[in-house]
Amino acid sequence: MTDGLDLSRVRFSRTGRLIVDEVDVTVPAGSLGALLGPNGAGKSTLLHLIAGIERADAGALAFAGRDLAALRRRDRARRIALAEQETHDAPELRVHEVVALGRTPHLGAWAGLGERDHAIVAESLAVLGLEPLAAREYSTLSGGERQRVNLARALAQEPELLLLDEPTNHLDVRAQLTSLELVRSLASSGRTVLAALHDLGLAAAYADHVIVLDRGRVVASGAPADMLEPGLIRDVWGVEAEVLAHPSTGRPLIAYSGVAERSARAPV
Amino acid sequence: MSAPETGVRSVLPPRAPVFETRRGRTTASAVALGVLLAASVIAAVTIGPAGLAPADVIASVAAHLGIGEPTLSPLRDGIVWELRMPRVLTAAAVGAGLALCGAVMQALTRNPLADPYLLGLSSGASVGAVIVIVLGVGLLLPFAAFAGALAALVATLALAGAAGRGAGRGSGGSLSPTRTVLAGLAVSSMFGAVTSLVIFWSATGDSYREILNWLLGSLAGTDWVSVAIAGGALIAIGIPLIASARTLDAFAFGDAAASALGVHVGRSRVLLLGGTALLTGALVAVSGSIGFVGLILPHGVRLLVGSRHRALLPLSALAGALFLVWADTAARTLFDPRELPVGIITALVGGPVFALLLMRRRVS
Repeated sequence: MTDGLDLSRVRFSRTGRLIVDEVDVTVPAGSLGALLGPNGAGKSTLLHLIAGIERADAGALAFAGRDLAALRRRDRARRIALAEQETHDAPELRVHEVVALGRTPHLGAWAGLGERDHAIVAESLAVLGLEPLAAREYSTLSGGERQRVNLARALAQEPELLLLDEPTNHLDVRAQLTSLELVRSLASSGRTVLAALHDLGLAAAYADHVIVLDRGRVVASGAPADMLEPGLIRDVWGVEAEVLAHPSTGRPLIAYSGVAERSARAPV
Repeated sequence: MSAPETGVRSVLPPRAPVFETRRGRTTASAVALGVLLAASVIAAVTIGPAGLAPADVIASVAAHLGIGEPTLSPLRDGIVWELRMPRVLTAAAVGAGLALCGAVMQALTRNPLADPYLLGLSSGASVGAVIVIVLGVGLLLPFAAFAGALAALVATLALAGAAGRGAGRGSGGSLSPTRTVLAGLAVSSMFGAVTSLVIFWSATGDSYREILNWLLGSLAGTDWVSVAIAGGALIAIGIPLIASARTLDAFAFGDAAASALGVHVGRSRVLLLGGTALLTGALVAVSGSIGFVGLILPHGVRLLVGSRHRALLPLSALAGALFLVWADTAARTLFDPRELPVGIITALVGGPVFALLLMRRRVS
């Protein structure tokens, strides 16, 4: 048990297909974990299990020493927020109204937003530089703007554990780095962050830990510099890559050189 | 476990008035609609033969509430208090309830085309109502109508889900709007036919009129019992529905997002859709299946105040009441002395709105 996120032997299957298979994940409090893996590896499902959207078939999920299965849904939503990519039609809400949805688990059925709630919504908008868009209709925003609004909504939940599914999708390079730097600073301020990422380079540059999923199983878990090596990248993603040291930061820098054969790796 | 601070809060003003712009508009709309509704109820009672003035209506109501002396002749007082007032109030309660049901169903099914009529609930309720009337157990009327509405709702959702399994379901557990509406069409045609059959098989008198009134909806012959059923259901079920505004808001981004915000998705959906079936049942028991009210008004109100349900639900209810009071006044006076089923008026308005919504979906 740590202060952070602790998953042990988590298993989940849907319609008879095993999607998450005996997964162990540890993300210490105040750090940024990157969940990596090819499409269909089970990253989004694992985030859903932690957020309580789906229930694991077996295994233990704990955060800050508490069993997540024993938490009431509302109490869980006060501690854990999930920002996902939207796959739905945009609702007819303004940006500040969308961000205010993040206050849902903190409010009673009849209560409106109080002074403190308004301040938190304003703060979440400000942190993501969304103040100029606050009164805009959400449906008129670009994909990247929506992505930031969704992150602001998750921040308005005041989570101790922040789960992000592809937070850099739809973003241009600067916005990707801005977004990850924000996430880094949230982690430094004490929050625990687990982000599913596609971009190995961004994970290498920003994450404290990487957890590599392949076909529902964890095949690597540890510091980016130790884990992201050419053999693993070839086996899991089916691409040839060299891993260099970044000339100024010293973090791993991944140079792809072509596709290769994938091969199954043993779980760790 | 206290939330860590990011340190930004301290530099921000405690309030951001720019985010409040819609609150003023919501309050103003509520007051305007409320005043308009009260004035319309009085005006609608005066309209028709007998040449009543608003003052007569107020005097009659005051006398019956025991706060004034009766000034009208018993005949004219009867027209106000026994004929028109219950009918207008029933129209208001039915309109409010249908609009409320439409708004709730649109949020829960994430389907802008959801409406108690289009999804077959009203037809199902009609079958239940007609059957108990034929069997002569009038006391069971609201319950039978509820059972019919619930059966139709379950049938529509199951059919839409079954049709969706072949073609791949919409993400987030929501059903495709198109399939849901098609399923609703199938279910309501089916239940509509059963209603017609039951009436035709049993009726001795004017069965065609009777069938039309159930299928198209009519407020002819409504009395204070109708007011009590429709109004009682509106208060007993409408208030809890309005109270669940925050839960409905949380569905804006789909089931998974609602769940991540701490909402019990399955339980909320069953309870709230069950509530709409219950309310629809009570309303249809007194009015037959009046269409499109649940479709038109919530969309109109959304244009005014957006999609937050705390504003949307009560304003939709007020707008629905206002709309149906006038639709029914038109229905009983346009071809005076003959009466049009009010559903024809609502369909005349609702059809084009439905078409507009379809076109808008295509574009987006």
